[in-house]
Parts: sequence; C-alpha cells; structure tokens
Amino acid sequence: MLPMMHETLILIVGLLAVLISASVVAGVLSWRAPKPLSPTLVNLTQRINAWWVMVVAITVAFFFGRPGMTILFALISFAALREFVTLTHSRRSDHWVLLGMFGIVIPFQYWLVWTAWYGMFTIFIPVYCFLLMPAITALHGDTERFLERVSAQQWAVMISVYCVSHVPALLTLEVPGFEGRNLLLIAFLIITVQGSDVLQYIFGKLFGRHLLAPTVSPSKTWEGLVGGLAASSLLGALLSFLTPFSPLQAAGVAFIACLMGFLGGLVASAIKRDQGVKDWGHLIEGHGGMMDRADSLVFAAPVFFHTVRYFWTV
Amino acid sequence: MTKLRVSTYTLLQTVTSVGLSALAWVVTGVRPIWNGSQPSDRQRIYFANHASHGDFILLSACLSEKERARTHAVAAADYWGKTRLRRFIAEDMLSSVLIHRQWTDETQHPISIMLSVLDQGHSLILFPEGTRNMTDEPLLPFRSGLYNLSMARPDVELIPCWIENMSRVLPKGQFVPVPLLCRVVFGAPIAIQPGEERRAFLDRARETLLALNPRPQRDD
Repeated sequence: MLPMMHETLILIVGLLAVLISASVVAGVLSWRAPKPLSPTLVNLTQRINAWWVMVVAITVAFFFGRPGMTILFALISFAALREFVTLTHSRRSDHWVLLGMFGIVIPFQYWLVWTAWYGMFTIFIPVYCFLLMPAITALHGDTERFLERVSAQQWAVMISVYCVSHVPALLTLEVPGFEGRNLLLIAFLIITVQGSDVLQYIFGKLFGRHLLAPTVSPSKTWEGLVGGLAASSLLGALLSFLTPFSPLQAAGVAFIACLMGFLGGLVASAIKRDQGVKDWGHLIEGHGGMMDRADSLVFAAPVFFHTVRYFWTV
Repeated sequence: MTKLRVSTYTLLQTVTSVGLSALAWVVTGVRPIWNGSQPSDRQRIYFANHASHGDFILLSACLSEKERARTHAVAAADYWGKTRLRRFIAEDMLSSVLIHRQWTDETQHPISIMLSVLDQGHSLILFPEGTRNMTDEPLLPFRSGLYNLSMARPDVELIPCWIENMSRVLPKGQFVPVPLLCRVVFGAPIAIQPGEERRAFLDRARETLLALNPRPQRDD
C-alpha cells in the first residue's frame, strides 16, 4: 500500500471534489426548479447518488487490495450475467448449463485471476466453455432454437465473465518498475472509461447534431464521440502519474480504452434494441442495470489489459 | 386443524419468511411493480400465474412484513400433504393453507377451508390454474375457486399478480434455482359484475392477468 499512498490520496480528493460539485449543482438545480421536478432532474440526482455508492464500493474494494478487487468484480460478473441470461432466450432443458455458468464458470474464472494462472485464464472460456457448453446442451437432446440458445450462452459468459475478469487480472501483470502499484492501473482504466461515458454524454448534449447510428441509439452523436474521446484522452494524460506510461502514452492508451468503451455501449444498445428493452435491469437506481453501467468497461478491459501486457511487461 | 395452524404466526414461520424473502432478493433481485393497485392493509386474494414452487415466495417477498405475516398461499394437499416432511415445510414453515383438489369428505371442501381462513381476517395467495403450468400456453384456464370465493366474500379484493420469469428460475422438477431477474406486476383489483356468469368471469380474470405480462413475446 505504502508506495501508492500519495497517488491514492490525490485520487480520493479528486473524486470527492467531482462528486461533491456534481451533488451541489444537482441540489441547486433541483432547489430552483419548479415543483414537481422534471424526470430529467430526478434522474440526474438518482444517477449522482448512484455514483456515490459506486465510488464508495470501488474505494472500499481498493483498500482491500487484490482480494477486494477480485471479489468485487466477481459480484459484478454475477449481476451482469444475471441480466444477460434474463434477457435472452432459454428453455427448460438449459437449466443445468445456466446453473454451471453461475456456479462453475464465474468462481473458476475468478480463481484463475486470483492464482494468476494466465494460460488458463485466457482460454478457459473461449476454448473449454465454448466447446463444452453446447455439448452439454446437445446431450440434453433439446434442439429447438439450438444455435440461438447456445450463442446467447456464449455471449453471456464472454461479455459478463471473461471480459469483466480482465479488470482484476490487471493486478497480475508484472510491469518493471511498477511493482505493487497495479491497483492504480485499475483506477486509471475505470476513471477514464467511465469519465469518457459522462464526457461523451455532456458533449453530445451540448454540441450533438449528427446521429452516429440512428437505428441503434438516438443519443450517440459524432460530436459527442469526438469531444468525449478528446476530453477523456486529455484526462488520461493528466492521470499518467498513476501509471507506468508517459503523459503522451497515457493519452494514447486512454484513447484506445475509451474508443472500445464507446463500441461496447453501441453493441449493448444493439442487443437491448434487438430484445426490445430500454435497460438491462433495475439494479442501480437511475442507471438501469449493472450492464447499463458496465457495458463500456466490458469492451475496454480486455484491450487495455493486452495493450499493457504487450507493450509494458517483459 | 387448519384454523389453529394459521391463526398464530410462529417464530419458525417468521424466520422462514424473512430468510426466503432475502434469498429471493439475492437470486432474482425481485421487485414489485404496482400497476393499478397499491400496497394496502385491505384483505385481499392475490391470484397469480403458477409455474414453479418459487412463485409464492417471490410474491410474498414483494409484500410488507406485516402483510406477509397474514397472507397464506393455498397449496395442494395431495402434493404438500403427501409426506410428513412436505407437510412440515408447507404448514409449519411456510404457513400455507392445504386444500384437497379431489375431496371426498364434505368437511374437506376446499372452498370452506379457504373461507374459514378469510373469515379470520387473513389474505390468500391463490393459483387459479390449479397446478403448475408446464405447457407452452402462457396461462391455463382458471378453475372455479376464484369465482366461488368472490361470490361468498365480495368485500375481499381480488388482485391479479403476474410473476415474471420464475418458471425459468426454478422449473418444475428442479431444486436449485438459476439466478435470473424477476418482477411481480400487481394489477388493478377486479370484481364479479352483476349477473356475470362463472365462466365469463373466470375468463375475464385470466385475460386481466395475462395483460399484466410486461414482455409477452419473451415468455416462450
């Protein structure tokens, strides 16, 4: 913990400053607005309150180090997987495969993170689950909408377990000269990617004119994307003191992560549209479900992980 | 027998009900959607679709603690009374009301047992399909109990409750639940209209319940 005290303190003060200003702004807006409050304002307050809870949860996990982070992201995987499976088609004969996804795949994947067994960590889901899950389904003998069911199961574990587990897996990377400070990489990833979501939203609201994918999402605009990515790359550069990167490298890495985050949000919107829902669930007041909040992180985490692993580890 | 058992809510029943409600939340994140009715302390018959043993646990997890304590699920005696263990679970832990679907003895008449529970001021959870629905139909035709109870006690509110997804969480024949998100939609109360025939009312009640399903095309 000791080598990170300075950075941790700056992070906590910075996050508190952002959250407190957000709460003050929302409070003043609500106080001056005509009653009853507009749904937008109620939603804004709910979202900020949920951010408080999320920041506190991540901070607590942060102080518990590797066990804290591993358990926190295993729980996030659980919530995300539950939302994904709820939304997609399954039949009674899928019961045991679904149970295995929650009862075996999540614990085993996070055990692999915990023990830093990198070889198995990267192939357990894409190779073994990919082949064995449809085999179990076939053995059950129910072929009705077979490909649709097994595809949904593959997607569910890839997105909610495999991708999410790359966040705590950052703790297993050995970057020379950066020993014992990997938690800060997680902080860097989460702050830039989640910050990018907020910044894209703000730029979109302020300058958004041209819809980027009107059939997928009515709120994603080119102006929001470009402004949000530029601002979050700058944020990445400012946060380079957390990382083994130079400021320029940090901007580049943040750019890649946030671009992936944007694509994650886009894919998540497409899935929701296909399934005819607006939100993944109702876990987080004002935000919808866990996947509504984590979709960008899901896409960003594996690419961030492999970028750091390829260029910064020996 | 039934009278005595349901009139006191034992410690075991309280612990069971709190424990099961907590479990229901962990597994299904269950949340009530009050769509036409509100939580209330009026005496009620909650009637719901039935596909899983977990159905009434989910429904009662959506009620307040006080309301839960006086709301009893109606269960089949020919299933839940079969062994001593099942009877213990149904009556001593879950405080269900057991009725015989095929009765011979007039004192075992299901309607008179349910009425005696209502007359003590309790509320009921009733599954008018009469059995767990294992077909591809979203809802089986209703049996007459709902009509008979309402004719006899017109002041008791009939609340339709659509239980979402529970058949996927805990299908018939399975005992380990898969964690999936569930909601329970509580609709507006319905009542028998003057001169309404039994079948017409039961069909209308069924349609009302079906209409509460928030994602009808997905329940396949």
